[in-house]
Amino acid sequence: MNFLDLIWLIPLFPLAGAALMLLFGKLLDPQPPSEVAVAPGVEPVYEHGHGGDHAAHAHTHAHDAHGHAAHGHHHPGPLQNLIRLICPGMVLLSFVFSAGAVWQLSNLPVHIHEIRQFTWIAAMPFHMANGHMATFQVDWGFLLDPLSSVMILVVTGIGFLIHVYATGYMAHDNGFYRFFGYLNLFVFFMLMLVLANNYTLLFVGWEGVGLCSYLLIGFYFHKKSAGDAGKKAFIVNRVGDAGFILGMLLMLSVLGTVRFTEVNTLLRSGQFPVEIAGLGVLSAMSLLMFFGATGKSAQVPLYVWLPDAMEGPTPVSALIHAATMVTAGVYMIARSSALYELTPHTSMIVASIGAFTAILAATIALVQNDIKRVLAYSTVSQLGYMFLALGVGAYWVAIFHLFTHAFFKALLFLGSGSVIHAMSGEQDMRYMGGLKNKIPVTHWTMWVGSVAIAGIPGLAGFFSKDEILWQAFSSPKGSQLLWLVGLATAAMTAFYMWRLMNMTFYGKSRVKPEVAAHVHESPSVMTLPLVVLAAGSVLAGWLGTPKLWGLGEAFHTFEHWLEPVFALGGEASEHPASTEWSLMILSVAIAAAGISLAYYLYSKRPEIPERIYESAKPLHKVLYNKWYVDELYDFLFVNGLGKGGGSVCGEFDRRIVDGGVNGAGWLTRFSASVSMWWDTWIVDGAVRFTSFFVKLLSYPACIIQTGRVQAYALFVVVGVLAFLGYYVTR
Amino acid sequence: MHPVTTVHYLALSAALLLIGTVGVLTRRNIVIILMSIELILNAVNINLIAFSRMFHHVDGQIFAIFVITDAVAEAAVGLGILIALFRNKETVQADEVDILKW
Amino acid sequence: MLDTVFFYLFAALVLGGGILTITRRNAVHSAISLIVSLLGVAGLYLLQQAEFLFAVQIVLYVGGIMVLFLFVIMLVNLDQAAKEHQFNKQWAVALAEIGYFWYRGANGFATADTNPAERAVDTLGAAVGNTQQVADRLFSDYLLPFEIASILLLVAVVGSVIMAKKRI
Repeated sequence: MNFLDLIWLIPLFPLAGAALMLLFGKLLDPQPPSEVAVAPGVEPVYEHGHGGDHAAHAHTHAHDAHGHAAHGHHHPGPLQNLIRLICPGMVLLSFVFSAGAVWQLSNLPVHIHEIRQFTWIAAMPFHMANGHMATFQVDWGFLLDPLSSVMILVVTGIGFLIHVYATGYMAHDNGFYRFFGYLNLFVFFMLMLVLANNYTLLFVGWEGVGLCSYLLIGFYFHKKSAGDAGKKAFIVNRVGDAGFILGMLLMLSVLGTVRFTEVNTLLRSGQFPVEIAGLGVLSAMSLLMFFGATGKSAQVPLYVWLPDAMEGPTPVSALIHAATMVTAGVYMIARSSALYELTPHTSMIVASIGAFTAILAATIALVQNDIKRVLAYSTVSQLGYMFLALGVGAYWVAIFHLFTHAFFKALLFLGSGSVIHAMSGEQDMRYMGGLKNKIPVTHWTMWVGSVAIAGIPGLAGFFSKDEILWQAFSSPKGSQLLWLVGLATAAMTAFYMWRLMNMTFYGKSRVKPEVAAHVHESPSVMTLPLVVLAAGSVLAGWLGTPKLWGLGEAFHTFEHWLEPVFALGGEASEHPASTEWSLMILSVAIAAAGISLAYYLYSKRPEIPERIYESAKPLHKVLYNKWYVDELYDFLFVNGLGKGGGSVCGEFDRRIVDGGVNGAGWLTRFSASVSMWWDTWIVDGAVRFTSFFVKLLSYPACIIQTGRVQAYALFVVVGVLAFLGYYVTR
Repeated sequence: MHPVTTVHYLALSAALLLIGTVGVLTRRNIVIILMSIELILNAVNINLIAFSRMFHHVDGQIFAIFVITDAVAEAAVGLGILIALFRNKETVQADEVDILKW
Repeated sequence: MLDTVFFYLFAALVLGGGILTITRRNAVHSAISLIVSLLGVAGLYLLQQAEFLFAVQIVLYVGGIMVLFLFVIMLVNLDQAAKEHQFNKQWAVALAEIGYFWYRGANGFATADTNPAERAVDTLGAAVGNTQQVADRLFSDYLLPFEIASILLLVAVVGSVIMAKKRI
């Protein structure tokens, strides 16, 4: 079958699954009356928040209850298995079709295939900024080129694995069908995002994944913290989306089109000069769209939602906030590479913000105690790397890092979910330790992931991260400062990841006794995806080995595959090979140092961190409280703009708007009184005047009528006199 | 002295007419007014007789008879009204009977 | 010549009586003056050879109407009226009017020419007397007016009786 012509099916499968779930799910998986949780405290650390009361229950289930204190214990319905089949199955179908389409794409002479389903927004002519007429038409169209092919494979592949994992993880949750419905819906929107052939359709997917993120973060909606986190995610995203829309409209106004192919043609045609001198329209456009990306991909300043998003179930964190949704921003900027090539200033801003975010998040991750928080900040930090790569012009490297990061980050999140599952809901690493032998599969898969992320050669993370560091150093748009920041972040990354590993798996067990009794390995439906992802973490990196190693073309596939998309004249760096080697060795050494330091501090001599903590309490406090950024935002925007703006608006509403209304009322009354005056004096006056006038005229006649006969007689005589006088004188 | 012609009679009649008119218009006492009306009627009669004499026929005189008849009837009725008025209003002054005014 | 003298005599009676009538305060004086005037008029009738009318005037007018007037004057208490103001408010206007009237008329009278035919004939040249003539004309040509006049008198009688009654 011609997969290329059927790429429209790829998003449709998960949409069908979502529709089935959300419309009919209640029938398939009828819920018992939900017991509202007695959620002991609302400690944000706990995803599940049921503390110890469930441990008191006598369970015959192999799985302990987790994640549903807010929803009540739920015995799986007989048709739940159907859901387990349908939803992951849909994603699997998408994956199969994606793989087939990509395979067929690679056989095409030119690796581009664009199909158009139907016209969504009909052609509307409008004036561009330069006065020409353009037509605004948005098609429901799909573009399959190397970039989107990488993305669909990542989304569907890793999405499928996570779906499988989630069937086990969410087995005892009340909202099983709802969860999978949302998850499938998310996959649909993400696929729409990456397959769209124009910015508007991309934005549809963009918004859609934001919506699903909100729905899934707030999945345990009985918990206030979950709902708040969902709202925060959505609102912060929205702020970014405003920038995106403005950028898109600016693009329409300047370029007259939003379709990728046309935009790229226009931008690469040489019509627009590279904006080195100042900030022109294109810079504004690229900055606005980048602002949107900071919202979606959790960069400074709009990253604050991602740590809070850990309120959602772990598979959600894995899929959305590690592998796919947060990478949407990276994808979008990579897609707009032609634009960013023309705006070096914006690219510099992108790189700087990426680097800054990376190091900021890493510093915060150093001292967090919640296992998922560490991973969340790690995600922010790694995304920073990707933006750093984008900023220095190494677009394929960013996508490569996205690719490898999806593997090991999803692995780490799912692994942490497995740990939490084993620990009956405990997420605080201070109460873990020595779990290595108790949950072996989880342990060694996470070990692979941690090694990968730390950047040890041979595993995926090394190749992509190292390439980023090299590009930061050597690219004409890069700088040594950026490289240094990246290196420092890499050191910290290795350190905090291995801090996590040591605190969780090695050393003395600090596990609470009642939890320790129930520690058990997860079922295979959960561990199998972990193994697959671990394999991926190892192997994926070999697709993009450094040219330095001279391993042959097969090991540079990634770069070659993505080359036509970015159409960059390969700017060869003038740095000698020795520089590259030395940098590479330096980064490996730093990573190794970080790992061993973590081992030393947290396994060998755990008392030292205590001492460090004692001596540097203020610093620790700042780092632990995330540099007080959330508090700052609260002050500035929530209270400042939000409540302050609200009170200003309230005043405005009371004074001016209500004043206007009251004024209108006063005006009405006033005009009524004027009318009354008019009516009384002028209209009635006219009437009265009429009567007065008539009386005035009748006065002489009244005077004549005296009632006395002799007066009448007099008039008779006068009349006769006149009469006769006339005739006599005639 | 000029011989007395019809003109003298006409002048006399006119004078009497005017005297009677003055009386009607000027006096307040209704009885006097009625008497003044009699004067007027007599003036008319004189006129009629003068012309009857002038044209040598008796039609004038016959008309004068009718005038006298009319004067009689009118005087009778008029005085009857006066009595009725006096009974109701206790006055015979024409000025004081002015209810029918605006 | 005698005619002239008698004419002026009777004229004086008529006019004088008339003037007295309208100017007297006392109603009885007025009535008596009117009687004098009417007698004068009767005289004038006689001068004009209207003997029947002369008789009728005396009998009807003086003997009937003036007696009626006198009776009514006595019925109506005019003592109070005699004390009051006699002339009403419009006497000036009335006099002015009448004066003007006379002025307009006087010219006519002064320049009128007399009828010569009157001088020629002294008597009415008929064998019958005036009464006979009147009767002849009255009951032949003017019969209808005569009858109507009699009805008028009937009506007047009825009317005056009703007007003067205390209770209708």
